[in-house]
Amino acid sequence: MLTFTIRRLILSVPTLLFISLVIFLLLELAPGDPMAQVPLTVPPEVKEKMREALGLGQPMHIRFWKWLVQFFWIEPQVMIDHFFGTTYAVGDLRVISWQTRSPVMDTVVQRIPQTLWVVGTAYIVGILIALPIGIYSAYRQYSVFDQCGTFITMIGFSIPPFFTGPLLIVVFSVQLGWFPFIYDTTHVVDDWDSFTYQLRQMILPVMVLALQTTAQISRYMRASMLDNLNQDYVRTARAKGLSESVVVMVHVLRNSMIPVVTVIALGMPAIFGGAIITEQVFSVNGIGSQLITALFANDLPTVQTLTFIFAMLIVFFNLIADILYGLLDPRIRYD
Amino acid sequence: MTDLSNQTPLAPPRSQWLNVWDQLKKHKGALLGGGFLLFITLAVLLGPFVWTLDPQTIDYRSRDFRPIYHALFDADAKTAWGNPLGTDQLGRDGLANLLAGGRTSMAVGWAAMLLTLFIGTMIGVIAGYFKKLDGPLMRMTDLFLSLPILPLLLVAVTLFREPLRASFGPEGGMFILIVAIIGITSWMPTARIVRGDVLALKEREFVLAARSIGTRPGAMIWRHLLPNVISPIMVSATLGLAAAIITESALSFLGVGFPSDFPTWGKMLADAVQRMEEFPERVMLPGLAISLTVLSVNYLGDGLRDALDPRIRGR
Repeated sequence: MLTFTIRRLILSVPTLLFISLVIFLLLELAPGDPMAQVPLTVPPEVKEKMREALGLGQPMHIRFWKWLVQFFWIEPQVMIDHFFGTTYAVGDLRVISWQTRSPVMDTVVQRIPQTLWVVGTAYIVGILIALPIGIYSAYRQYSVFDQCGTFITMIGFSIPPFFTGPLLIVVFSVQLGWFPFIYDTTHVVDDWDSFTYQLRQMILPVMVLALQTTAQISRYMRASMLDNLNQDYVRTARAKGLSESVVVMVHVLRNSMIPVVTVIALGMPAIFGGAIITEQVFSVNGIGSQLITALFANDLPTVQTLTFIFAMLIVFFNLIADILYGLLDPRIRYD
Repeated sequence: MTDLSNQTPLAPPRSQWLNVWDQLKKHKGALLGGGFLLFITLAVLLGPFVWTLDPQTIDYRSRDFRPIYHALFDADAKTAWGNPLGTDQLGRDGLANLLAGGRTSMAVGWAAMLLTLFIGTMIGVIAGYFKKLDGPLMRMTDLFLSLPILPLLLVAVTLFREPLRASFGPEGGMFILIVAIIGITSWMPTARIVRGDVLALKEREFVLAARSIGTRPGAMIWRHLLPNVISPIMVSATLGLAAAIITESALSFLGVGFPSDFPTWGKMLADAVQRMEEFPERVMLPGLAISLTVLSVNYLGDGLRDALDPRIRGR
């Protein structure tokens, strides 16, 4: 198992390098000029100096290397300095935002907890709702519950988050007044009241994101359970006299979880994409809304860093899925 | 002696597609979905010829009209038979906008879906048929699968907007850009499915027979393999169409899609969110249009998957 994990870890390095190259090239080949906002009265030679100051004068491969060093060598050092009070990264050049003229990672570190908090809760809530629905509708295939479940998951598949978001705001915030329609990120949880407020303001964004997750995962759970319920080993288990709950919840469920775990991990890119939209709808100041602000401000270093952070999160969750897959299914581990 | 003259089959031979159609007819959701998809496609194609109001005409005197059904429960509401779905804050007709927006959304959806299928099928067939290319192409597919799609879409659309606008016009440039980017970033599932099927087909006897009479790889793929992988391709076509419509609307919603005077369903929804409390119908109508189209496409895909699966067919 350890060698399997290590092999997967090593495999994710070229993936990350490829993604960073794609992002770098995409920004590099894009025709936008960062100096476009500078007034025309600025003479060309001054403009040239400004370009060099932004680090744009050097050839492409050198800048790619410098960016890699900044991101993978200097930024971790800054983090270590921050936690242990050491001085490894003092004086090193960090990735600087063109908008705020401060290091990009400082802003990202402030904003990433909101995104992870909302996305993570939504995903867990979605999975917790989806699994029982999938299991029960497979166990009672074509029952009323199954038909309703299929219909609701189809709707969940089809309604985009930028429609459910405003819809839920109108119904629950404006008409009923139950939940706030803006996510207040400066809110500090220190007593019971502020905790309930935090819960209430999280419900709407989490609901929007969880609807999609639930729809997808419960479909896969149902299909995977159906595949397994007709297998011979289930008949054997029943013939041995095991109780129905043990047959379904232990024998069938464990085997059905194997493909579902992959789907759960592969759904991460979609959920982060949904998070960008949800953050926009509910004004959550996470990294999704930071990406959009940076894009409109033509702040390329921030865009580059954030896109890469999204990629890293996705690769990280894929890695977890792979390892879980190996834990659940020994055939994968030993190939 | 038995009578050999009576050896004709009892029923005339049926083509595979007739069987598929029979199975599809049993799936109520798929029929409804297919019917609605046909209806909405015809509506956005032919609608502008029937409802000839120009979606761009600004008429300040007749702005903020409510839809005509509003008069049923609120007699004082500003309604007019000339604008059955109301007008927006600039007096542009709601129905004409909905039709024009649908045209764009459906055009982007279909074009992006076809491009996705083309790339996905090509890569899948090549990876499945040529053993040497299988490894590299599938590693590439895995790499593409771990790209953050929506952030990359946003970045690409914002950065490449200007030059394409300059060369193909504001609408044409955006159309090409969105279609190309959705196509490039969503071919991976199709490629994987097609590759798997081609790998299985390659071991079958008819392929061996075709090879033994000297069929070249090109003809082999075109005549023998592609017709046999058509069913997974059709299923991923429906998924691709739904995903492309949602992605285009999401881009428009975030404000990086088509130019601001060019209606699409996503943009109409985004524009209406500001005054959602006063005019909920302006959010509901485009939102419902997107959701119902996607829902019908998904149901059609569900039915097609069942109908095209020979193990389920005939049960």
